[in-house]
Amino acid sequence: MALTIDQPIEHKRQSLPARLFASQTFWVVISVILACVFLSFATDAFATSKNLYNITRNITFVAIIALGMTFVIITGGIDLSVGSVLCLSSMVLAVTMHAGYSIEAGILASIATALAIGAFNGILIAYLGFPPFVVTLGMLSIARSLAMVASNNTVVFQFGPDHAKLLALGGGAWVFGIANPVLYMILLALITGFILRWTKFGRHIFAIGGNEHAATLTGVPVRQIKVAVYMISALSAGIAGIIQTGWLGAVTTNLGTGMELQVIAATVIGGANLAGGVGTAFGAIVGAALIEVIRNSLGLLGINAFWQGVFIGGAILLAVLFDRIRNFRRSD
Amino acid sequence: MAVLELTNISRHFGAIQAVNDVSLSIEPGQVVGLMGDNGAGKSTLVKMIAGNFRPSHGTMHMDGKELILHKPAEARQHGIEIVHQDLALCNNLTAAANVYLGRELRRGVGPFRILDYASMYKRAGQLFAELKSETRPRDLVKQMSGGQRQAVAIARTMLSQAKIVLMDEPTAAISVRQVAEVLNLIRHLRDQGIAVVLISHRMPDVFTVADRVIVMRRGRKVADKTIASSSPEEVTGLITGAIEQV
Repeated sequence: MALTIDQPIEHKRQSLPARLFASQTFWVVISVILACVFLSFATDAFATSKNLYNITRNITFVAIIALGMTFVIITGGIDLSVGSVLCLSSMVLAVTMHAGYSIEAGILASIATALAIGAFNGILIAYLGFPPFVVTLGMLSIARSLAMVASNNTVVFQFGPDHAKLLALGGGAWVFGIANPVLYMILLALITGFILRWTKFGRHIFAIGGNEHAATLTGVPVRQIKVAVYMISALSAGIAGIIQTGWLGAVTTNLGTGMELQVIAATVIGGANLAGGVGTAFGAIVGAALIEVIRNSLGLLGINAFWQGVFIGGAILLAVLFDRIRNFRRSD
Repeated sequence: MAVLELTNISRHFGAIQAVNDVSLSIEPGQVVGLMGDNGAGKSTLVKMIAGNFRPSHGTMHMDGKELILHKPAEARQHGIEIVHQDLALCNNLTAAANVYLGRELRRGVGPFRILDYASMYKRAGQLFAELKSETRPRDLVKQMSGGQRQAVAIARTMLSQAKIVLMDEPTAAISVRQVAEVLNLIRHLRDQGIAVVLISHRMPDVFTVADRVIVMRRGRKVADKTIASSSPEEVTGLITGAIEQV
């Protein structure tokens, strides 16, 4: 019976070590660990609890948005507006609370703003056929401008009656001394991972990225799903904005400038493919971790901060290079 | 009784008469080869059966009841399945995921429903076994041969109780050995009482597997006869117009 031969072959093929070595995420995790071990020996400041607390918290803002970006990138799209959406959401929260409304009202207004922007992006892309790059590039400009309009380009640092609550939300450490943003990140990563692996929605996202035409022909609601992924991406930027506002205790109109590049870098380094069809929640997190460890280590090793861009850009190219090498091997 | 009956079907696009007054009927378990040169109206005819276009004139009946289709999903509900020329597969998904694409099985209650991987792998495995294909449900489609990919696309049509399967050039871009594999898959569908409409340019395939051949030229049906009473030479003549009509 053919099945008895197939089963061991299949088993061998899917074995854990083989799958690990083939996965980019695995190698990024190894790099992060090696870098951490090296830095612990090379510098006195790295393995201190204060530095680790800082690193883990700094990872979160990029990581949370990278989770949302993962949905978009899996469908084969891109969202360049996340940095500006983060700024606008923060500003809406700040202005609402500054005007004397409660923290709940502020968060509601902020999330609603993010979702509205995501829906706008998504509808232009899915129903009117605009290229994602162009739509979200336009939104990058629009959202930041709206943030300036909303605040009259001032710094907001007083958040009305619920000021203390907001600062505790973003700056506190409610469980085991782990910074709150880290807890939110872990929770959101678990939700993202669950959606991608276990829901019909997640399956359809991968299908759209793999072959959009096929997805349409087989009855996948492609347009609705595309609108949803841009809303998720904007929502993640909104959530990151709220948390970052609580952590910083002030909002300026240049918050999140250039963040879209870090977020896309984290997603790609973590193994997502810009051509669509590939990506994981865990990858987005470790990608963000690698970027932050590189940034942190440059400072600790006394390397001029101007070099940061070179190292992060190099990491992106290296990640894509590994992907190319794997593809060459497969096509041989 | 005919599973599908078309009566005086026409379709024009502006001034262009793509399909002109075509009538035909297809019996259950019958393999019908639909042949014709490019632009003869084969694709338009099939797209009307698949619900992509509505006929300008004429009626369609399925099992004696009138069939009016507004979109492809409705054709599927009536048991009309299509294997597209490009197969409509997602390379980044497993065979089972592709078979179930758009109709995934889920378990759980109410809004808390998750994908039922185990059932989908199991059923997809059964379908491949039925098709006598070596395809494994957990393999990614991008690692598969042309024949295995055809098996995935065909297994998709067997998920629900299909009555008629339309196949658009299933042997156009695959190797000789894989062609034999695909022809076996077609016989398999036929043995289950499913009617198959095989659109093909390849004369040998139609004469190997079909029971009947329908030839179209310039939007009209110019021949509809059993394979036994025809020959490749005659069909070639009908396609090119060397023979007017039989």
